[in-house]
Amino acid sequence: MNDALDVALRLLIVFVVFLTFPLIIGQTEHKVMAHMQGRLGPMYAGGFHGWAQLVADGVKFAQKEDVVPAGADRRVFQLAPAVALLPYLLVLLAIPIGPGEGAVGQVVDAGVFFVLAVMGVGVLGSLMAGWASANKFSLLGGLRTAAQLLAYELPMLLTAASVAMAAGTVSLPGILDAFEWWWLPWQIVGAIVFFVAGLAELQRPPFDMPVADSEIIFGAYTEYTGLRFALFLLAEYAGIVVLCGLTTVLFLGGWHGPWGADGLGWVWTLLKTAVLAFVVIWLRVTYPRLREDQLQKLSWTLLVPLSLAQIALTGIVKVVIQ
Amino acid sequence: MTLAQEAHGFLSPTGVEIAFLLVGLVTFGAAIVTVTTKQLVHAALWLVVALGGLAVEYLLLTAEFIAWVQVLIYVGSVVVLLLFGLMLTRAPIGRSPDADSGNRWAALVVALAAAAALVWVVADAFRTTWIDLDGPAAGSTEATGASLFQNWVLPFEALSVLLLAALVGAIVLSRKAKAELSSPPVNSRVATGSSPSVPDSRNHPIGRNEPVAGTKSTKGTPSTRGTETAKGTESAEQEGAR
Repeated sequence: MNDALDVALRLLIVFVVFLTFPLIIGQTEHKVMAHMQGRLGPMYAGGFHGWAQLVADGVKFAQKEDVVPAGADRRVFQLAPAVALLPYLLVLLAIPIGPGEGAVGQVVDAGVFFVLAVMGVGVLGSLMAGWASANKFSLLGGLRTAAQLLAYELPMLLTAASVAMAAGTVSLPGILDAFEWWWLPWQIVGAIVFFVAGLAELQRPPFDMPVADSEIIFGAYTEYTGLRFALFLLAEYAGIVVLCGLTTVLFLGGWHGPWGADGLGWVWTLLKTAVLAFVVIWLRVTYPRLREDQLQKLSWTLLVPLSLAQIALTGIVKVVIQ
Repeated sequence: MTLAQEAHGFLSPTGVEIAFLLVGLVTFGAAIVTVTTKQLVHAALWLVVALGGLAVEYLLLTAEFIAWVQVLIYVGSVVVLLLFGLMLTRAPIGRSPDADSGNRWAALVVALAAAAALVWVVADAFRTTWIDLDGPAAGSTEATGASLFQNWVLPFEALSVLLLAALVGAIVLSRKAKAELSSPPVNSRVATGSSPSVPDSRNHPIGRNEPVAGTKSTKGTPSTRGTETAKGTESAEQEGAR
């Protein structure tokens, strides 16, 4: 009974995090973008600085008619948003936010592989949406999504493998247990490559070629309305949470803090994740979109060699210190 | 053998064994649909179900690492590559009647023979091997790694050489295709895919009013045609749809 209660409680907490954190990031994006662009942003809903704008957006999405185009492949079209969103919920289960077994939804033995594998599945949702819409812009968006995933999955995996080599384990809590502060400069190249590749996998600007609204309307999501479209948006924000959390855990030491405050590990994790999420939003406002060929070139000619070099460096240092 | 049979009967299956069997049935069903469906993209998506089912089977056998790698490589990369290829060349909405190779029976015979050989070999080799599901995981990452790099390192290296050969082969093939392209492009329209079978309802106002499910005839949708369809047959098909 106690075990069942424990499991239920963990699942509930992860679910609540899954429901709230993406919304918080969405609201932050509204505000940060408005400030960086010197405009007010949504200010009226709810009174104080438009805090209820996201609620209003949600109500708007729920009210809209759920349209499936006549020429679309109905079932695949309707299934796609769920396929895009659910993997991120599963990934959240495996991310530890504090020391010990109590601060992670479920300890996964091969955690690094679990999170990367499940994140990759999420992209299938975009592909299904792009194909099933029976719209040439959607199909182009789907194609670009697939090409982008194929290009950026590799550097992500390689840099994650570099951390796993350094820690001697592929379990996420295990990696955090083994973390030392000097890993930060040691793995810094890997961290940057991982973060950039993750941004590309989430199709966030400047890597949002698959949804480039000035040329292919909204890519794979062109035909979606109402709640299903909201699910895709939610998947994007949940993806930001997951990516920032993963970068924190793998490269920034997760719950380790500079002053070693006991019991405050989760604060450090959340703080680092929040700072990274801010960077994600910052990049969106700052950089213009990369062209499709530039996207591919960046990955294959820069990120992949860099991640290979990082693995070599990790291996050399690991052998030297043993 | 007798010892193993005494310790593990088949008559009172545990929950894990029942789950294993059910997931196996789902995987098998998805695999059958994959090779029998006439809708190309659906076949790829059913393949996702089949490969995912295999990953669940690995999980039930405590081989966690293998399961996640299965998802990462097959579902995350191979199927995405497959879908990419399909979308780039021809990915019609609806059925593709010409997607049948005509070798159906030969394929069935080969598949059955291969399945029989595999099942026989595996069952004969591991008949007396049982996984202790209650003890420490027999297929944990550590155990898998130790076994892979101690007992099976030679096959592992041989496989990597095979992959290298495939890689070199792919480069050679793509370079050859490039050289052919630079010669006068007679059928460059096909080669560059300037008119892929993008699903587009604009070309066909006719036949669009009928309900989608079931009645969507293969002739009415332009997307079911490949790039090789000539202009003449297009108008003929339009007439037919009318």
